[in-house]
Amino acid sequence: MQNLDILIEQALNDLSRTSDPVELEQIKARYLGKGGAITELLKGLGKLEPDARREAGAAINRAKDAVESRLSERREAIQAAILEKQLAEEALDVTLPGRGQESGGIHPVTRTLERVQAIFHSIGFCSVSGPEIETDFFNFTALNIPEDHPARAMHDTFYVDAEHLLRTHTSPIQIHYMMENAPPVKIIAPGRVYRVDSDATHSPMFHQIEGLWVDEEVNFTHLKGIVSDFLQRFFEREQLKVRFRPSFFPFTEPSAEIDMGCVFCDGEGCRVCSHTGWLEVGGCGMVHPNVLKHVGWDSEKYLGFAFGMGLDRLAMLKYGVNDLRLFFSNDLRFLKQFN
Amino acid sequence: MKLSENWLRTFANPDISRDELAHRLTMCGIEVEAIEPVAPPFDKVVVAKVLSVEKHPDADRLNVCRVDAGLPEPLQIVCGAPNVFAGAIVPCALEGATLPAIQIRAAKVRGVMSYGMLCSGKELGIESDIDGLMILPQDAPVGEDFRNYWDLEDHVFDLKLTPNRADCLSILGVAREISAMTGVPVVRPQLSPVEADCSDVPEIAVESPESCPLYLGRVVKGIDLSIPTPQWMQRRLARCGIRPRNIVVDVTNYVMLELGQPMHAYDLAKIGGKIAVRFAKEGEGVLLLNGEEIALSSKQLLIADRNGPIALAGIMGGEGSSVTDATCDIFLEAAFFDPSTMAKARVPNLSTDASYRFERGVDFGMTESAMDYATRLILLACGGCAGPVGEFRAALPARDPIDLRLSRAKRILGIDLSPDAVTSLLKKLGFEFSLRENVFSVVPPSCRFDIRIEEDLVEEIARIYGYDNLAGVRPAAAMSMLAAGESSREVAELRKLMVAKGYFEAISYAFVDAAWEADFCANLDPILLRNPIASQMGAMRSSLIGGLVDALAFNLNRKQSRVRLFETGACFFKRDAAYEQKEMLAGLCYGSAMPEQWGEAARNVDFFDVKSDVEALFSPLAPEFEPLAHPALHPGRSAGVIFGGKIVGVIGELHPKWAQKYDLPKAPVLFEIELEALLKREVPAFSEISKFPPVKRDIAIVVDEKISARSILEVCRSMQASAKVELFDLYRGKGVEAGKKSLAFSITIQDTQKTLLDAEVDVMISQLIEALEKRFDSKLRI
Repeated sequence: MQNLDILIEQALNDLSRTSDPVELEQIKARYLGKGGAITELLKGLGKLEPDARREAGAAINRAKDAVESRLSERREAIQAAILEKQLAEEALDVTLPGRGQESGGIHPVTRTLERVQAIFHSIGFCSVSGPEIETDFFNFTALNIPEDHPARAMHDTFYVDAEHLLRTHTSPIQIHYMMENAPPVKIIAPGRVYRVDSDATHSPMFHQIEGLWVDEEVNFTHLKGIVSDFLQRFFEREQLKVRFRPSFFPFTEPSAEIDMGCVFCDGEGCRVCSHTGWLEVGGCGMVHPNVLKHVGWDSEKYLGFAFGMGLDRLAMLKYGVNDLRLFFSNDLRFLKQFN
Repeated sequence: MKLSENWLRTFANPDISRDELAHRLTMCGIEVEAIEPVAPPFDKVVVAKVLSVEKHPDADRLNVCRVDAGLPEPLQIVCGAPNVFAGAIVPCALEGATLPAIQIRAAKVRGVMSYGMLCSGKELGIESDIDGLMILPQDAPVGEDFRNYWDLEDHVFDLKLTPNRADCLSILGVAREISAMTGVPVVRPQLSPVEADCSDVPEIAVESPESCPLYLGRVVKGIDLSIPTPQWMQRRLARCGIRPRNIVVDVTNYVMLELGQPMHAYDLAKIGGKIAVRFAKEGEGVLLLNGEEIALSSKQLLIADRNGPIALAGIMGGEGSSVTDATCDIFLEAAFFDPSTMAKARVPNLSTDASYRFERGVDFGMTESAMDYATRLILLACGGCAGPVGEFRAALPARDPIDLRLSRAKRILGIDLSPDAVTSLLKKLGFEFSLRENVFSVVPPSCRFDIRIEEDLVEEIARIYGYDNLAGVRPAAAMSMLAAGESSREVAELRKLMVAKGYFEAISYAFVDAAWEADFCANLDPILLRNPIASQMGAMRSSLIGGLVDALAFNLNRKQSRVRLFETGACFFKRDAAYEQKEMLAGLCYGSAMPEQWGEAARNVDFFDVKSDVEALFSPLAPEFEPLAHPALHPGRSAGVIFGGKIVGVIGELHPKWAQKYDLPKAPVLFEIELEALLKREVPAFSEISKFPPVKRDIAIVVDEKISARSILEVCRSMQASAKVELFDLYRGKGVEAGKKSLAFSITIQDTQKTLLDAEVDVMISQLIEALEKRFDSKLRI
């Protein structure tokens, strides 16, 4: 049986030596294939005496098992090595930048608008819009600003012709909406508005958002509650101070200016708030009975409040933009900061 | 309006700090916008008398003065001011004084010791433009602290008044507010009638009583206009922004500032006959005090004598009747002009302190007192004798009682109010009222033109109650869900889509250069603004394209090489006498198709890149594209976007001539679509999924260049059982004849009822090829 031992050792050595899958199979054929050395030994068993045959058979089978086990071991190892090599070759520099289109971005004023809308939609206000070339009636008369009223001087109006003008505020949207609907109403109305004014803090075109709630029991403290809540949500400051200051708008009575604690200095006083600790963010008040009368609603039965704020101003305060004109420059270096 | 704090405190002087006073005013609706000190800080400056003046031994321009500064010994002071003289009373900075710009020390000046400095107003920071020593009145008390003597511990409040509060356009008005808030009494000057001691009664004829229901006139004779206006009065006027002129004009301004009643004085010698208040006749004119000749219209109310107009009523006096240094007799006027008449009579670019007040409403209850007060001040300052007041009186604005229901006030304000509380608030306001069954009947005072209805009174009580004392309350209301249909979508969705495609949102002015309208829209008759802010912002846009092209040029100038912008906004069109406004969405692409990156060959963006973005906006619906000439676009590279059977937009490359005109190195690709078309959406409806396998076949055909891809696609899509047809290749060149193109399609065929056999598919494809040959004279490319 010495020959067998030598044969096995040789077979095992052969298997261990190769790392080529094809050669491995050739080695297998050489020993275990049809005419393979071990197969031949098995074939030769028939010539032996039964006792010797049993003994020799067992030895050959053990040897065969050993070779087969080494074979499958080597197969796995070689496959693993091949895979390993493939993976190594396929490895990427994952730090290379991704390919494809880049995202653009929405305008900061639109971003602000969408946020304001989301906040008001969450308590049931719906958004409406209206024309930008308005008639004198909708922009002024229906809002209790008769001709020659000094308040008209507060609105430096762009005129298109004797009757038509560019709306100076979003309030005419209230009138359109009330004329087309029945109370109660609960709306916000954003839009572009126009005034003859241009410097670092005034643009001839800017954006306002108007709110209107008319119902049977809507009062001034509700207005203050809604406006305060809104500003606290918008600026994400639970402790933000909001104050109302008596003011004048022909279409509301009582009227108030809306101030909030300066978000840059927390009310300590800084350049932005002119060292007052307060920032003006809009105007509001209880809808003037004459406005309700203009749309044919019973001002004894219905009460309402309205408020208006500058979207550009909210955006400036929220994102720290220091020049209003940037909003209308369409400068990509500016716009890219908001994507 | 500017007001001196010290002057204001002579009328109402609560024991609160300046800042607190300003805060209280602001919180009751009289916004204090700014508080400025009248002088910068300085100290150790006293009133001093120059005793003698001698030439400096070593300097031509200097004098050596002996000065009595109220100290035991006179001081030697070297002075360079040319206007110094012995006997002059001047401010003198003593040794150790700190002035705005310098410290004063005893020092040798060209060898002569100087123990202080005689000051100019400029050196003290109280006058900006006057050089030379500040010469004080001869009666100034030598030795007194100059800040105290000149009342420099004063501040100017700049008030931002709302147009309804005409009653606060005076010291008295603001004092009334302070009194209402703090409870301190209002101290008024002596307003009692002045006894007449000469007999000239002016004759007054008011032709339009509605416009001028109250007119008072008085002659004052023998006054000495050479007497200067007292320093204290000049100072107060100057601090309130009014330049002192002469004693008569200064007094009328002073009375206006204190009581709110504008007044005017005429030189009696220069007017003659009856004083008439009437509307101007067409063709009349008047030369005003400011030197402007005004052509009058019948809306203008005039003061006229027998020779014609002598003043624009309530606006400005005429040059011809003005008071000068030579005047010795005057005609003083105090009147009430109707606010709406005054508003209509407005002269463009001419707003005076008087017209500003009359337009908003002057307290007609104060007119008579103002006349007496002004007369008294003139007589006190420069002598003379006053005649009796001539007057015209008609129906003044009514001040009918207004009912204020306690229940209504509570309902509007949302707070609980007792009758006592409201009583106390109305008392603080000084309103006359009576109370019956929780209804207050309130008579608005003559100065309050803004109180007309119940709500105005509600605001008044809320104001004095304090807006700060009204809590914010979260309303409890019936909840109802917002209706939002599924067959439309929000603009926000489109914006998100554009952003995902790499576009940045632009916002451009809606008024544009009329040239843009002509170039990009061939609109030669745009909607023009009557008063544009600049000539190149004079036309309302009918397209967003101009703004985007402009933004592109702006960004290219700032070294941006790849620009993708979109905008949504209204565009404006004339429709007969009215204006139509359409919301549009427009986009612009310039530069490389993809951002600069590795692994992708750089390629300039083209029509089809942008077309895919437009298709994405409509997806899953599909618009059609038809060649369309558009003034802004390249005629061979532009298309109309057709949706629902009508043209809803355009897409194309900017016309090369505009690229050149607007300095663009390359032409951008643009599109513009009516927003309404993009907001429509189909509510999905389920259809059965086929259980049978699809079969895919590719064919390539060669057709004439003129044949549009769409027409071929239409034929392919019309074949039976075609589930999907894609054009996957377009080829021109070797193997394809000139003037022809090869198009390759991948066709997916699927039957919902059975598995298709190869033979069946073959028949269908050959039928299709035949149909294409017949229709387009195409050749199958093998």
